[in-house]
Amino acid sequence: MTHHDIELSVNGTEHELSVEPRTLLAHALRDELGYTGTNVGCETTMCGACTVLLDGDAVKSCTVLAVQADGAEVKTVEGLSDDGEFHPLQKSFQKEHGLQCGYCTPGMMMTALDVLEDNPDPDDAEIREALEGNICRCTGYQNIINAVKSAADDMGGVSGAD
Amino acid sequence: MPDSIEAGQAEKLQGSPVERREDPELLTGEATFTDDMEPRGTVHMAVLRSQYGHARIESIDTSAAEELDGVLAVYTADDVAASEAPGQIEPIWLLPDLKRPPYPMLARDKARYQGQPVAVAVADDRYRASDAVDAIDVTYDRLEAVTGAREATDEDAPTIHEEAPENVAAEWDVGDEEATDEAFENADRTVSVDLVNQRLLPTAMEPRVTLANYRPSADELVVHMGTQCPHLHRRFMADMLDFPEQKMRVIAPEVGGGFGSKDSAHPDEALTAWCSLQLERPVKWQATRTEAYASTGHGRGQETTAEIAVDEDGSIQALRVETYGDLGGYLSTWGPLMPAHGYALMLPGQYDVENVYCEVTEVFTNATPTEPYRGAGRPEASYVIERLATLAARELDMDPVEFRRKNFISRDDFPHETATGLLYDSGDYDKTLDRAIEMADLEALREKQADLREEGRYLGIGISCYNESCGYGPSEIIGQIGGQLGLYENGVVRFHPSGSVTVYCGTSGHGQGHETTYAQIVADELGVDYDDIEVIEGDTDEVPMGMGTYGSRSVSVGGSAIVEASREVVEKAGTIAAHHLEVSEEDLEFEDGEFQITGAPARSMTIQEVAREAYLAHDLPDGTSPGLEATNFYDPENLVFPFGTHIVVVEVDPDTGEVDIERYVAVDDCGNQINPKIVEGQVHGAIAQGLGQGLFEGVEYDENGTLLTGSMQDYTLPKAFQVPEYETDHTVTPSPHNPLGAKGIGEAGTIAAPPAVVNAVTDALQPFGIDHIDMPLTDETVWQAIQHATAEPGGAD
Repeated sequence: MTHHDIELSVNGTEHELSVEPRTLLAHALRDELGYTGTNVGCETTMCGACTVLLDGDAVKSCTVLAVQADGAEVKTVEGLSDDGEFHPLQKSFQKEHGLQCGYCTPGMMMTALDVLEDNPDPDDAEIREALEGNICRCTGYQNIINAVKSAADDMGGVSGAD
Repeated sequence: MPDSIEAGQAEKLQGSPVERREDPELLTGEATFTDDMEPRGTVHMAVLRSQYGHARIESIDTSAAEELDGVLAVYTADDVAASEAPGQIEPIWLLPDLKRPPYPMLARDKARYQGQPVAVAVADDRYRASDAVDAIDVTYDRLEAVTGAREATDEDAPTIHEEAPENVAAEWDVGDEEATDEAFENADRTVSVDLVNQRLLPTAMEPRVTLANYRPSADELVVHMGTQCPHLHRRFMADMLDFPEQKMRVIAPEVGGGFGSKDSAHPDEALTAWCSLQLERPVKWQATRTEAYASTGHGRGQETTAEIAVDEDGSIQALRVETYGDLGGYLSTWGPLMPAHGYALMLPGQYDVENVYCEVTEVFTNATPTEPYRGAGRPEASYVIERLATLAARELDMDPVEFRRKNFISRDDFPHETATGLLYDSGDYDKTLDRAIEMADLEALREKQADLREEGRYLGIGISCYNESCGYGPSEIIGQIGGQLGLYENGVVRFHPSGSVTVYCGTSGHGQGHETTYAQIVADELGVDYDDIEVIEGDTDEVPMGMGTYGSRSVSVGGSAIVEASREVVEKAGTIAAHHLEVSEEDLEFEDGEFQITGAPARSMTIQEVAREAYLAHDLPDGTSPGLEATNFYDPENLVFPFGTHIVVVEVDPDTGEVDIERYVAVDDCGNQINPKIVEGQVHGAIAQGLGQGLFEGVEYDENGTLLTGSMQDYTLPKAFQVPEYETDHTVTPSPHNPLGAKGIGEAGTIAAPPAVVNAVTDALQPFGIDHIDMPLTDETVWQAIQHATAEPGGAD
């Protein structure tokens, strides 16, 4: 099968790689580049475990082709903390017990990051709606909602969202 | 509920909401799940699965697949047969006269469910392995299929296994049939209902995954896998592959949820290991979601006719139940357990019922084998008794709360022996009911319900008083009732010369926060700093033995094992401390990690100092061996029985059938809690899954045995905006049966929520004369029920 040479900037690091046309972004990140924090839970864009930011927007990397991301900036869970300092979302997920098995958590936090950039002060209902594309099977969601709210407080508006 | 705290903030750690030590790795992406590992030389396995529910396999042509670039091998059942591997899954729960047709790793002549493995391909990456599977050409002779347990016992149903011509795997009963029949004849009223407890997809977010690495130089097979019970899987695989158990190591790294779906043997995990043995290199397989749905065991799957006999005063006289349990195409590892002991013994619930009889027929169908799913039998039992309690109260025109109260086993009647032979350990059912009523303000709700009905709005209040059996063994009893395993647990507490501690436990967490919980327990027992305690689970080479995590047994059985091991360590340390302090052991007190001489507290020795002496071993008392550690095999003396009351308030829109959950109140009692924050998280998660069964989820097959709910696009899982904010509280009734006084909490919500929500919706629809609707109560199902009832005014469903 033919290969395409593409460039990806992941969490600020430039990568050049050669992928098949059918290679999914999730697999390019995980298998080719070693960003295994992004988990794959379905192949139908339904569960959201593989959510990453693609040029700032939350996307499900299990249904984006790697070639489609050529030249894009990708942010994964590995890029959330800053010099070892946890992002407010990471802190609040731990404080509010917003995770159990942790498999959906990276995707959940990446979606939340995008949500908070658009709406820095969401209410419960807005958070619940915004997370409709991310399934958690462990927590029953309530502590995730609390975590996102708490992170929003800590981030103090859109300026702190990145 | 206090906020979570850091470990150092608590004086006593048991009972404190300590933040989880598991979290940092998971929050940064550093945590290692099995699919994150890729040892040098790893190749990938993909599985060709039967596309039909029931078909004869006439021929398999693998030649085109073998010729593809990057393909190392393609294997069929003939290849497995030519190896030394028995290649067959064996059930570990046996009922008398159970039919046991073989369940091969790869289908040989016949496929009996859609998704059954037929062949595997191994290639240098996952895409090519998948290409190879697509290139395998199988000629099937499609056969008539049957799904649904009752239907499969019809005379004209196709036969699935020659060994079970009527499709019946076992007939089993419990209770006194004659006494129950007599009580029914003498009772004032009887109520009966037909119930379906639908098949469910457990849907752990991480699909099943295995990385097997056979190293020929050491003749050693190392298997990383998403499992709830590494030691059991080692045994399953050793048996299926005829590989020496002592040369096999099974490791559970991070595991992305289980809910029961990772405690059974499946063909795929063993096939991965078998391929590694053939190819002598690491082989990895991870299920896609679609293949996970077709091949990972489904939960529940029961059809029941249930009857209750009551007197005019509301007292329950007898319970009579007939259940068909759907086992699917083969006996899964635990398959025969759920419809029998896992379910029927729990039918009396919280009630003092003198006469019980339950007859169970376990049936083969052309569907994926059923396996344990969160609750595993207890939700099915609770559904039966809690639906009957509500219907009986309605028949007698009694308040459903009063009906329950009247029949509760009294708080003074524990331990209580049930008519099904269980010995409930402790309980105070009025207490959780009272608290739930208080939180919900039931009286105000009833008034609101009446007011809204005036406006043509339909509010419903559903009550569910559940109890649960968990903390399985004891082993001897497990053996007597068919279990082919002991259900003890192993704990090791090992001091290091530095004074720090490593704890090993045979349970295997997958999201439950065991490392935090167990460190809390041991910190209090030993008086050692929480941060100086490491906890290790999930590795057969590190932990001597283990039965794993399922059935809410980890704290009550595994936690008890590490408590006992801790106490053995303290006892040995006391002997050494007494020797060094030159007093008799009776004169020593142990508190907060320090041995002090009674009455002379200035003379003391910390347990860390004792550990140093124990490993230095220059000056130990006569007969005392060097080192400071203990290994405990804890076999529980009985099950434990947590309980609680859940109240759900819904509003039903009669025009659309939409069910809106207004409130969800849960009061649970799991005995002493080690970490209330973790307990609360378990309560939340289980309620969501229980609401999923009640309102959204359900496996559908067509008449050919084709899975219609084969992806997340077809199978509805609860989303964040579909579940309410939970209002939770707890009471504490310790279990007298273990040193922690702990019970179990992981399954409470999956047990309580389904009957609560069905009771609520049918309560809302009383004006339409609707007494029962089968789950899931989707908008369409509810709308249909209303249409049907409207078409026949006053007629019940």
